[in-house]
Amino acid sequence: MEHVLTSPATYTFFGIPTVIFSVLIPIVATALFTYIIAKRLAPMVKAKPDLRFDRPKDRIFNVLKIWLAQWKHPRYMTAGVIHIVIFFGFLILSVRSTELVIKGISADFVFPGLNTWVGDVYYALKDYAATAVFIAVVVAFVRRAFFRPERYAYPESYGEDHTWEALLVLGFIATLMVSESLFEAAEVAAQVQAGVDPDFLAPLTLGWLFKNMMLNSAHQTLQNAHVISYFVHDIVFFTFLCFLPLGKHFHVITSLFNVYFMRLNRGNIRPVKYGVGDDELDSLESFGVKRFEDFTWKDILDFYTCADCGRCSDNCPANAVGRPLSPRFISLKGRDYAFGHYPIRGDFIRTDDNIMGKIYSEDEIWSCTTCGACEQECPIGIEYINKIVDMRRGMVDEGNVPQSLQKPLQSLEKRGNPYGKMEKKRAEWTKELAEEFDVNVLEKKDASAEILYFVDSVTSFDERMQSVARATARILHKAGVDFGVLGKNEKDAGNEVRRFGEEMLFQELKNHNIEAIVNAGVKRIVTADPHAFNVIKNDYNSDELPDVEHIAQFLAGCISGGKISLNALDDDWAKKTFTYHDPCYLGRHNEIYDEPRAVLDAIPGLRRVEMLRSRDRSFCCGGGGLMLFYEPEEEERMGVRRVKMAQEAGVSVIVTACPFCLTNIEDGIKVAGLEGKMEAIDLSELVAMQVQ
Amino acid sequence: MEILVCVKRVPDTAENEIEINSEGNDIERDDLVYSVNEWDNYAVEEAIQLVDEHGGSVTVITVGDDESEEVLRREMAMGAENGILLSDDAFEGSDGRGIAAILKAAVEKGNYDLILTGAQADEGYAQVGGMLAAMLDYPYASLVNMIKPGDGKLKIGREIEGGNQEVNEIELPCVLSIQTGINEPRYVGIRGIRKVASVDIPTMGASDLGLDAGSVGQGAARVRRLDYFVPEMGEGAEMLEGSTEEIIDKLIELLKSKGGIK
Repeated sequence: MEHVLTSPATYTFFGIPTVIFSVLIPIVATALFTYIIAKRLAPMVKAKPDLRFDRPKDRIFNVLKIWLAQWKHPRYMTAGVIHIVIFFGFLILSVRSTELVIKGISADFVFPGLNTWVGDVYYALKDYAATAVFIAVVVAFVRRAFFRPERYAYPESYGEDHTWEALLVLGFIATLMVSESLFEAAEVAAQVQAGVDPDFLAPLTLGWLFKNMMLNSAHQTLQNAHVISYFVHDIVFFTFLCFLPLGKHFHVITSLFNVYFMRLNRGNIRPVKYGVGDDELDSLESFGVKRFEDFTWKDILDFYTCADCGRCSDNCPANAVGRPLSPRFISLKGRDYAFGHYPIRGDFIRTDDNIMGKIYSEDEIWSCTTCGACEQECPIGIEYINKIVDMRRGMVDEGNVPQSLQKPLQSLEKRGNPYGKMEKKRAEWTKELAEEFDVNVLEKKDASAEILYFVDSVTSFDERMQSVARATARILHKAGVDFGVLGKNEKDAGNEVRRFGEEMLFQELKNHNIEAIVNAGVKRIVTADPHAFNVIKNDYNSDELPDVEHIAQFLAGCISGGKISLNALDDDWAKKTFTYHDPCYLGRHNEIYDEPRAVLDAIPGLRRVEMLRSRDRSFCCGGGGLMLFYEPEEEERMGVRRVKMAQEAGVSVIVTACPFCLTNIEDGIKVAGLEGKMEAIDLSELVAMQVQ
Repeated sequence: MEILVCVKRVPDTAENEIEINSEGNDIERDDLVYSVNEWDNYAVEEAIQLVDEHGGSVTVITVGDDESEEVLRREMAMGAENGILLSDDAFEGSDGRGIAAILKAAVEKGNYDLILTGAQADEGYAQVGGMLAAMLDYPYASLVNMIKPGDGKLKIGREIEGGNQEVNEIELPCVLSIQTGINEPRYVGIRGIRKVASVDIPTMGASDLGLDAGSVGQGAARVRRLDYFVPEMGEGAEMLEGSTEEIIDKLIELLKSKGGIK
């Protein structure tokens, strides 16, 4: 490479060597950046512990898949592709940018290895990367400024949206791409003019274009373009770096760490405090999040990492029906609190004030059904459920619980079910089956069975859902397995008790059920309630318990193993169009999507379509357990919204595999005025009807 | 302000199926679960809120047996500072006047500015509050749904017929019976109760209160229960039977046929 122009490393401006600037700018900016980051770390240091240093292999895998391979981005195709281009452009150009910084001090600096063929490939690649990023930025700018996708909008109560910030950053990036290309193009144009062997510029790139435009420019113009573009790049580069931790573009730095530390297990709720066992909870002074510093450091990293992309809220069923909850603002309000109380300049403002009713509102936090759609969608591993549950724990600890939830919670404490029904009536649903077969009720001391059917409260006591219990028992009977139910020894599984923040009550229910199940000496647990399935599988954490299976898994196994065969649908049913609604606690939280569909497809004559929102994008029916008692502010019920989605798909029968989904969807059908046109049925009921 | 709240342990109507026992003199009490009388929770919540704002302390008191201690603990978990259990074999079988007499003796042992009771109890007759006030010769207001403290006085709201509201002024000390809806009682979880599990609750019997055992209890009761039964269906009454769905359908049909709905 032969320099025709004077490099910024040797150039003088009115007698001042510009190398002074190329040395000073990085030093000052790096110091400033380090200072800002140190300030940003302060609330994380003050926050509660979080156990995130385990299982490095799984965490590295997540980084490779979710961060590096941008796994979740294409779920929103346009925005996803634009982001992927900019992301990879940044990765590729990071080497070049660092090189440029050093070139301002030593004009001939090249990273080791880049003076070989690797460099030839790299420099061509980075030319295309810069060009692609530039185009992506222009598209993003037009989209953001003119098309204004709805999910970026701010509801009035949340203040100004972040459009200006987004546009400013797009401007920074575009300037970086242009200045980087111009710097090089000026030199190459000068080389061509001087007749020396010009450096390679990849065809059809920004640099190539600028070079061709400048071939006839005066030497001094080229020299000016070369030096000015260098310093524009240098200044914008470091300004951008220091701007990142001030807003939503902090994710450029934090997302790598956030993805590394993201949750690995699904379906579970974190302990009240890491390092404090379930049997030591009484020793804790306070439960849950009350002060901001009661969040864990990972929660605060989540707040910092939110890119305000709006995907969580776009998928949130509570947000969709007008409840006062929008997950992205859980993050953004948390971030703004951290920025405001741990400012870059000035003293930290630490208070013991309860954040409930200040940053977050009670209704907002009770509105969540814990369906998990937000976490499923987040491209950078931000969590919501644990934070919401921890804030509920804080409220429960202060006695701040909606009146509508107090009665069922008290009944759960006294009777083991939210309805206040007598324990001894828990197995009453079996009476109707007496003519067909006896259900083994494991209430006596030495009663035992191979499989335990864990019924749970709603299916035991709700008149409509008792039909699901009987259908499940019929299936188990037909499959020829030795099964029993716990009867009065069973208490509510506690999935929602835990998720509504009543941890001590959950612990009591859990301990009671574990003891009852172990005493029954069963080898396996089957349940038709995904909430019970989830909590036993993911929250009970007991080595003594046998494996638990949802009836959909049991059925899929029986059908593929030939233990159960299903009759063809009769003509009436065969005319109908079926769809399967994924219950959150079976689907998203436990990734059981295929088994229930396989069971449906094993019924001859059944025509099945998918709703637009299915599998891991399933739309919550409105929630189960205690959520049935909560009276939210909302414009429409989630169940009604879901039923309308089924209507759009031309569905006449919605099959689900959860008693709460069935309740909410059946209500939804009535409220939507679709009775007679549409019906809902549980997978167990349908199979019990068709089993040979 | 020193506030005394009188509470009662009752079978929880929401969580029990109430049946008459075979002798027909009481309800079947096996398998019953008990809780604090609902109205009393509102009274305790109101007392705690008054003390939070204006200072003082809240004491909860009940007449009952050892098991009644559980309701005192629950109210203390809400935030009442002290609990007093009034328990004595001599108290058994007291009528409303007897209970009021026992409470009166306890009130006189303390120095309370304000005494609150629930408007009534789930299995009671709404008489203790009024009798207690009369025995103490304190002013009394019933069905109170708003309390605003002033200097040595209270401004109180009362719910009156037809959902109307009246506002009165009452001198302290006084007795108020509290209506539901005056506030939203806070939640008490297992954790809250465990926190106060070891707090000492003094028990006082007839002699501690300086009461003549003969003046209370079954012997002194002037109201006695004679019978206990589910009323027979009168003329024109009809019990709808069947599943909930069926009952609803029948009810709609009936309402339509009688012109209740169109």
